[in-house]
Amino acid sequence: MATQELDLYEVFLRSRRGLDHKHVGSLHAEDHEQALEYARDVYTRRSEGVSIWVVRSSDICASQEDDSDSFFDPSDDKPYRHAMYYELPKAVDNM
Amino acid sequence: MTPEENFMRKIEAGEKIEPKDWMPDDYRKNLIRQISQHGHSEIIGMQPEGNWITRAPSLRRKGILLSKVQDEGGHGLYLYSAVETLGISRNELIEALQTGTAKYASIFNYPAQTWGDMGAIGWLVDGAAIVNQVSLQRTSYGPYARAMIRICKEESFHQRQGYEIMVTLSRGSAAQKAMAQDSLNRFYWPALMMFGPHDSESAHSARSMKWKIKRETNDDLRQKFVDQTVKQIEVLGLEHPDKDLKWNEERGHYDFGEIDWDEFYNVINGNGHANRQRIEHHVRAHEEGEWVREAMHAYRDKKRSAKQQAA
Ligand SMILES: [Fe+2]
Ligand SMILES: [Fe+2]
Repeated sequence: MATQELDLYEVFLRSRRGLDHKHVGSLHAEDHEQALEYARDVYTRRSEGVSIWVVRSSDICASQEDDSDSFFDPSDDKPYRHAMYYELPKAVDNM
Repeated sequence: MTPEENFMRKIEAGEKIEPKDWMPDDYRKNLIRQISQHGHSEIIGMQPEGNWITRAPSLRRKGILLSKVQDEGGHGLYLYSAVETLGISRNELIEALQTGTAKYASIFNYPAQTWGDMGAIGWLVDGAAIVNQVSLQRTSYGPYARAMIRICKEESFHQRQGYEIMVTLSRGSAAQKAMAQDSLNRFYWPALMMFGPHDSESAHSARSMKWKIKRETNDDLRQKFVDQTVKQIEVLGLEHPDKDLKWNEERGHYDFGEIDWDEFYNVINGNGHANRQRIEHHVRAHEEGEWVREAMHAYRDKKRSAKQQAA
């Protein structure tokens, strides 16, 4: 009998209090609770985290790599958004 | 260990408090007050500079100013999201701003009268804000600290573009140099006031320090700003607005003149040049956006009912 495909979940870990949760991978699970337990077993066996988030992969809305030109290129011609664009006198350049 | 003791243990160990952790009511209230005030300052702060976008002297300056104002809008949103983790809604935040229960930095009640003010604001006002925000990167509430780290990365261009305007003006004609001096004179003292009252007078300071919401006192941060600005004024070849400024060898800092605290409280209490105008403008902009919010809700409802019919 073929195993029934379970939903895919994305796993995010906070490695230390105060830091952002970072994406670490994904897994299949029946529901959120199970995903959380699996995530603990799969991704934190060496106490890599103090907090876990799981999100159903199908609930993530992502930008498409193929569209990334039109999505991100408005920033390409705005070098003045970067601090080092401005040339200041040496004596105060640490600003 | 009681929840209270556990909370204090984390604070003392330098650990961050995260949204779902237990925290004392007053810690939560204190944070809501401070973070919302900070967010409102970013939002209201867009007005004095926004006022000059159409009058920037070149396309380059216009692009820069537009980008800066855009950044401030973004900072407001980072901070609103951070404060919402404490259980207050966006509507409540906006309501508090518009009815005056929540405050924003008084500096934005000063009018931006000349192009030189765009220089002085970026250099001094953002400069003072950076000193404060760098310190707050170590604040004890996780979402606030992370918002500060993101904001600090973006701030440095704000100060540098302002200083660049000041360099250009002070190397220009006599009239341009006078404009730079005038802007420096008008914004220097209000920038020092941005750090708040003396520690001895500050209502929230001691407890905020104990809870590590604030990491350095108002007076220490102000001293840092005074010290770093001396050289910057000198390089511009402008006159320092503080006639009492003097290097103190023993302290390793500059001594400086007394701030006009009557002016400070006067502006905070609503009698600044632009208090009424700033809030009126915010209310008007908010009301003018009502049809957009309505359209978005109508679209959401339509999509929902289409989905239900299909099901
Ligand atoms: Fe900002
Ligand atoms: Fe800024």
